[in-house]
Amino acid sequence: MNAAAAPATQPPANADTPTAQQRDAAMTIFERSVAGRRAAVLPPCDVPERPLDELIPADLLRHRPAELPEVSEPEIVRHYNRISRRNFDLDTGPYPLGSCTMKHNPRLNERVAAFPGHARLHPAQDPKRAQGALELMWRLERALAELTGLPHVSLQPSAGSHGEFAGLLLTRAFHEDRGEERHKVLTPDTAHGTNPASVTMAGYEVVKVATNDEGGVDLDDLRAKAGPDIACLMLTNPNTLGLFDRNIAEITRIVREAGGTLYYDGANLNAIMGRSRPGDMGFDIVHVNLHKSFSQPHGGGGPGAGPIAVSERIEPYLPVPRIVRTDGSNGARPRFDLSYDEPKSIGRLRGFQGNFGVFVRSYAYITSLGGDGLTEASETAVLNANYLLAKLRAGRAGKRLPVAFDRTPMHEFVLSGGPAKRELGVRTLDIAKRLLDYGFHPPTIYFPLLVDEALMFEPTETETREGLDALAGAIDAILAEGERDPAILRDAPYTTPVRRLDEASASRHPVVRQPLG
Amino acid sequence: MSRYTSATDADRRAMLDAIGAGSVDELFAEIPADVRLDRELELPAGRSEPEVFAHLAELATRNADAEAELCFLGAGMYDHYVPAIVDAITERSEFLTPYTPYQPEVSQGGLQVMFEFQTAISELTGLPVANASLYEGPSSVASAAYLAIGASKGRRRFVVSRGLHPHSRATLATYARGFGAEVVEVGIEEGLTDVHELGAALNDETAALFLQQPNFLGGVEEVAELAEAAHRVGALAIAAVDPIALSVLRPPGECGIDVALGEGQPLGNRLDYGGPSFGFFAATEEHLRRMPGRIAGETTDADGRRGFVLALQTREQHIRREKATHNICTSQALNALAGVIYLSWLGKRGFVELGELLVRRTAYARERLAAVEGVELLHEAPAVREFAVRLEAPVPAVLDRLADEGIAGGCWLGREYDEYEDGLLVAITERRSRDDIDRLADALERAISGGGGAFFPDSEKKVPTEAEIAR
Repeated sequence: MNAAAAPATQPPANADTPTAQQRDAAMTIFERSVAGRRAAVLPPCDVPERPLDELIPADLLRHRPAELPEVSEPEIVRHYNRISRRNFDLDTGPYPLGSCTMKHNPRLNERVAAFPGHARLHPAQDPKRAQGALELMWRLERALAELTGLPHVSLQPSAGSHGEFAGLLLTRAFHEDRGEERHKVLTPDTAHGTNPASVTMAGYEVVKVATNDEGGVDLDDLRAKAGPDIACLMLTNPNTLGLFDRNIAEITRIVREAGGTLYYDGANLNAIMGRSRPGDMGFDIVHVNLHKSFSQPHGGGGPGAGPIAVSERIEPYLPVPRIVRTDGSNGARPRFDLSYDEPKSIGRLRGFQGNFGVFVRSYAYITSLGGDGLTEASETAVLNANYLLAKLRAGRAGKRLPVAFDRTPMHEFVLSGGPAKRELGVRTLDIAKRLLDYGFHPPTIYFPLLVDEALMFEPTETETREGLDALAGAIDAILAEGERDPAILRDAPYTTPVRRLDEASASRHPVVRQPLG
Repeated sequence: MSRYTSATDADRRAMLDAIGAGSVDELFAEIPADVRLDRELELPAGRSEPEVFAHLAELATRNADAEAELCFLGAGMYDHYVPAIVDAITERSEFLTPYTPYQPEVSQGGLQVMFEFQTAISELTGLPVANASLYEGPSSVASAAYLAIGASKGRRRFVVSRGLHPHSRATLATYARGFGAEVVEVGIEEGLTDVHELGAALNDETAALFLQQPNFLGGVEEVAELAEAAHRVGALAIAAVDPIALSVLRPPGECGIDVALGEGQPLGNRLDYGGPSFGFFAATEEHLRRMPGRIAGETTDADGRRGFVLALQTREQHIRREKATHNICTSQALNALAGVIYLSWLGKRGFVELGELLVRRTAYARERLAAVEGVELLHEAPAVREFAVRLEAPVPAVLDRLADEGIAGGCWLGREYDEYEDGLLVAITERRSRDDIDRLADALERAISGGGGAFFPDSEKKVPTEAEIAR
């Protein structure tokens, strides 16, 4: 098979003939409003119809109704169906967005999350009457403990960055409990942007650690910076270059000896399930993105969940409420309850018990795959990434988009668009935009920051071999176009519902709502 | 069990050949031996789809949900009817399965939804700018506190009404330790924030006042008066608001509120045992560049067509890193979509009709319950959709008796408030008819009068409250 095979049909390389979607000008639901139209019919008033100002003083009442749209149900359905088609989605095509783990979202999980016993369970229900929900959460906690190698779990954080913030508050509580005040948190220069942002929010100062020639943590730099003022090291492993840090045991030893805690950003857990565990590497705290490794749909930007698993020394500080299990006597079922009685806890991070609907989906996923299936998922994710890299290297990308660090990557890898920019005058952004015309979502671009013109590919285990071949073929075809006529790339895309958008003016003169009335 | 992957043995061989590796194990050779897991994961083996379905169904039957019980639980999340079109639209692959819209040319659907959502929230709150969602209500309160520190040039003192949801107060307290900030609470008098105590608590170190409308006990606050008190000391006035109540209540933007935020669950989202839902966040124009979260903005494409993008990304963590206004990345886009569909479904008139129905039914329920022997109103402040009563019997035991009759009678206030050990919070939605309210009142009467026999001594045992534990 020819690695550089181009797709059978090349997409248009100009915008001379607008597509049907391009001719269909965007219109908001508010602009579809016609006075007098409506969708909802409410139950009739079955109690005395007293004037409102008899019940609530007039000066506290609203005098002008909110200008919500006046539309019929068929119009609402048609409106949202039409605009939904202006999205690219994972169910339609490959979505190799690095660090985002765009794996298949099983529909079974949606079905079981919608059971009334889950979807209509009120969060203030007495735990005695929510035993199924608490047992599910407890089982998910146990599974995450086993997967991470850390014994204690809180499901409460709402997303990865919320888990990071929690981890830093746990770190603060841990040190304060020992009568220590530490002010700095180490993060490698390859870290996700959420890491340094979380550090600042938690009242710490960021100290960057350099990356060595192998794409790992620079040990000398780490030793120099791991002093008595260091509260924590935050690390992703495999890191955002997709590389497993071979010195990981030494790294965690250095920080532990300096008295710091070790935080593992679990964004890349999909690379190592069943193969290696953060707890065994020496980490104290790890967050798990249920919307990455555990198949919760991304929903166009959430919801997700970012449970944290921690070591024994961090456990006393976990957020409340905790889930506790008591053995049943005489063969009775175990009982589950919510515990608030944790004197050293950092407290609450959010309302109620967390994103339970996400827990249901991820628990269903873990139950479907089992330990062997999760291990195989990681193995296939790594196989797919290495295969895609091999296919790309065999084509034009080998020269124009060389891999940033030449080691065996795990579940994702980073190419540098530096040579393409210098040799062809096309930037990574141009390649990404042209990829849209070919029917692929682009990889993550311009991240990590230390790679010039970075392109970060993460195909995940659910992408097919043919899908990977087609993606490699499209990249090759795009580079061929770039060699022939770079303008094709620079002006791309041509076939998407809109073409390149003016992002600068949207920030300079922001219009963030529809003017009404 | 292999699932959701496609690679056959033949695929694997061909792929390994292309890579130049002999086995999948070779690809994992980068992991040093001392951190390799040299055993199988101790998790149950994978199961077939029908088995997983049956297992989850069995777990779900052990929950008393709002379909199985007559539900008067509220406290921030409410059993509203979610229209069928919300499910139909949010289940579409095009909304369910994309990532955050980093490639706007192929994300116009999601970005336009954000823009519509921001418009709807701006209309509800009467404030000019809104973001595209945060996690949920209480953490949005904490996010507003972070904004207030920046806006007040470093003041680190928050004055908080005890009418603010206990989970919001607890979450704020947790975050405040990270911010190095102090939290001072102000009590409730006759169902509303104690204005005198508030006056004493506000000073020129105060970054912001936090209140809730209606407050946790259901009382409608005199928001304008409270906001004015905050502004007198140069503090921001921040209100957590029930979005459904904004159908009938004066919007925060007309009451001097600087930041209005809240729990979005009542807008077309399921109960889901507490999440996922969404938080909303609106503010006056001057805070736009300090706002947390994603914000969609309108712009044009290379050919002059109207389009939408993520605006003001220089506030965000993926650009600004440690100088970002917030650390949030994944928020609640799909839940916010449910919110804007729901508001479109209700529409301009339906939204008001819903609010008016709730106010009237709540008034009816209040009178009906207060007429029961052993029940009295905890306060007489005006209410929209939730109210508090006192019982002359141990509340947890009464709730157990109601549960035996298939009624979730409300939330026990004593769990969160020492001062309301005998308090019960009752919520009304459009799904709770007059007959349902009558059924609750009758069952309450039986439960209190002891028709079911004497109370067990156990049920009177004091359970430590969250507030007590926090101390």
